[in-house]
Order: sequence, then C-alpha cells, then structure tokens
Amino acid sequence: MDKQSEVVVFGTWASPYCTRVTLALKLKGIPYQYVEEDLTNKSELLIQYNPVHKKVPVLVHEGKPIAESLVILEYIDEFWNNCPKLLPEDPYERAKVRFWANFYDQKIAPATLSLIKCKGKERERAIADCEELMKVFEEGLERDYQGKSPFFEGENISYLGIVVGSGSCNYQAFNEAVAVTFDAEKHAAFVSWVEDLKAHPLMKEMLPPHDKLVAKIRHKFSLSPEPQA
Amino acid sequence: MASGGGDVKLIGAWPSPFVLRARIALNIKSVGYEFLQEQLGTKSELLLKSNPVHKKIPVLIHGGRPICESLIIVQYIDEVWTSSGPSILPSDPYDRAIARFWAAYIDDKWFPTFSSIPKLQEQEAKVAAVQQVYEGLLLLEEAFIKCSKGKSFFGGDHIGFLDIALGGFLGWMRVTEKMFNLKVLDESKTPNLCKWAESFAANNAVKDVLPETEKLIEFAKIRFKPPSAD
Repeated sequence: MDKQSEVVVFGTWASPYCTRVTLALKLKGIPYQYVEEDLTNKSELLIQYNPVHKKVPVLVHEGKPIAESLVILEYIDEFWNNCPKLLPEDPYERAKVRFWANFYDQKIAPATLSLIKCKGKERERAIADCEELMKVFEEGLERDYQGKSPFFEGENISYLGIVVGSGSCNYQAFNEAVAVTFDAEKHAAFVSWVEDLKAHPLMKEMLPPHDKLVAKIRHKFSLSPEPQA
Repeated sequence: MASGGGDVKLIGAWPSPFVLRARIALNIKSVGYEFLQEQLGTKSELLLKSNPVHKKIPVLIHGGRPICESLIIVQYIDEVWTSSGPSILPSDPYDRAIARFWAAYIDDKWFPTFSSIPKLQEQEAKVAAVQQVYEGLLLLEEAFIKCSKGKSFFGGDHIGFLDIALGGFLGWMRVTEKMFNLKVLDESKTPNLCKWAESFAANNAVKDVLPETEKLIEFAKIRFKPPSAD
C-alpha cells in the first residue's frame, strides 16, 4: 500500500483543531494526505467517517476513522510511539497535560467563541469572563510548570504547545477580526510562551496566514471590518 | 505494586457518578484508599486546595499530589497500577481511540442532556431531552455491539474505560426511570445495554460502591428541590 495514503486527514485550514492533528503528524514525521473540507458542503466521506458529529478533524488510518482532536493526538502518540513523544511518560505529568487540555477545550475555547458572537453589554461581560479564565489558566500553568513554558518539551513543541498553541498562536488575527484589545501586559507570561511558540519553524509552517484568517473569522461570524460600538 | 492505603485518598461524595468512576477504577486495581466524603452544600479546605481551578469532586490524591477530572483520574489509575488487575483502557491503539471517543461523547453530549431532564419545567422541552437521551443510547448500543465483540462489557471480558464512563450514571438512570416514570434503558430499544447494565451492576468492582436507587432518590429530592440550585 502506498505509504502516502495510509494516513488521511480531513480538515479545514482555519480550524485550530485540525492544526493540532497536522502539527502532531509533522512533529512525528508521519506522512499524510490532507483533504480540505468545505463545511457548508460536507463530503460524503466525511459524513461516513464521522457520522456522530460530522465535524473535522478526522484522521483515517488504514481505512479506520478517528474523530475528536484530543482523541486523535493520543492515538498518534500511541500508534507511532517513536520520538518525539507528544505526551509525557510519567503518569502524573500526563494527568497534568490532559487536565489543562481539557480546561482549554471546555472553558477557554467556548468563552472565546462567546466573545466573538456577543455585542454591546453582553460583550463586556464576555470579555470579563475571558479575562477571568485566562487568569486562572495562566496562574495554573505557571504553578504547574514552575514558570517554564508549558508549550515546549526541551527543543520540541509539547502536547500543550500543540493543543493550546494551535488556537492561541492566532491571537493577533482574532483580536483584529473581533476588535478586542487583549491586554498583553495582564498576561505577560502567557504571551511570552505564545510568542516563543510562534517563532518555532514548525508552527510558522503550520499556522494559517494572518490576513487570510482575519478575513475568515470576520466572514464566518458576519463581523464587519469596522464593528459598531 | 502493593496498594498503598495511606498513600491514596479520594475526595468525593457517594451520590456522584463522577466519583463512582474513580472508585470503580480503584477497585479494579485493588487499590486501598481513604474515602474523604464532602458534605452537601460545603466544600472542604482540602478540596479547595487540591482542586483550586474547578473546586469539584472527585479528586484523587496520590502521594500528596492531586489529580482532577474523573476520566483523567481513571486513566491515571490505569497507568500507575499496571501490574494489578486487568487493564482499564484496551491494549490496541485503535480500540483505545474508540473508547476515548465514546467517553468524550458521553461527557460532552449525552450527560448534559441527561442531567437537564429534572431541571426542565416545560413538558415539551422535557420530552425533547428524553428523545435525545434515547438517540444517544442507541448510538451507544451500536458502539457496545462493536466494542464488546460478543462479550459482557464494552471492554470485553472485563470492565473497561467505556464501561466505567457510562456505568457511572447507571444509578441516576434508574432514579430518572423511577421519578419520571419512563424507561431510560429500554429492552425494546437497547437490549444489549440493558443486559450490560445488569452485568455491570453485579460486577465485583461495582456492586459495593454503586449507590442504591432508593437512597439516590431520597438524595435527589433534597438536591433538586425547586427553585433549582446549582
């Protein structure tokens, strides 16, 4: 069988959840075929491979589909158990990264989405909620990683680098599209971790281009380039 | 590895399905532990210190270090106590992915709908939620057939990750059936899950920690007294 076709990723270029998967595969040196989906017109194959959620990303390996980005990451790490490892070896450290990945997906990401969709007074509330969650997130990561970047494992991008970085590294595009002032000074540590991650050649390669992403976010959420107050 | 009774503590409460998951996993691995029960309506200093982010149970404390979130705890237990008891996650990476996928489905989609049923005031909304719960269980029935490969559990011969993920809610499914006079696990719709529920409840790792339905009903009457508190 052609090695190229052993692994297929169904995704969309702007989705951080899809970036997680392609980033992980690149990190591990696993060749794959990529299929760009149009979510307004989902392919038969996508629906067949992910009938429960009908979402991207989906990884298909030797004809068998796996959905949900965090599930896919653990599969990649377990099947291709070569170095670099995505998750730490130690069970307690594994529990920690799973905890923060879960916090990011269950708390940070939804709050960010709410913020995009809000207007007026609701928006102020949404900004405050995001601020509060970011504070908990940053403080928690600082505590758990003793001030070191949680996004690196030595030279390599770590599991949290993949999970969080795939979204957070786009913060400037997000801020521009949604017209929020993300007070970088309030979260100096987090921003420095993100900036270091953005500078990594693999992240540079895999992150969506800034202007294209700004336009995409605006289009997707029907935001005018100059939003009203 | 010898089970360290003094080394392992679990902060929890007997009615919680999430705490139940952790207890079943500890039982599978024959790990002795101190069960520190929280009182309804208050949160202990230890809980707040051990889980400052969510302030929720369960929290496993092993060698003084806290682990939070029930399914993360279950995986931790599986990864630490490798030489006692059967594996909780399947051994094949694809089977592990399937188990994790359905566990995520249960927590992200199925449970929020299931837990909304007692809180919904309007009959129409209630009926819609119950319908969604059934649809979810139909999906899980199919998943069971694929995962069990003819055996008693999602995990095959032994209780595994997905059994624990779904089984944690068994007591509350029975409570819902009694209190709202409907079938959650219906032999005509999900016959395999009905059989599974019996096997699960009777299992050695489960039977002593699965709360009795009558006790849960009494608890529910206090916990969910309107106006609904969170």
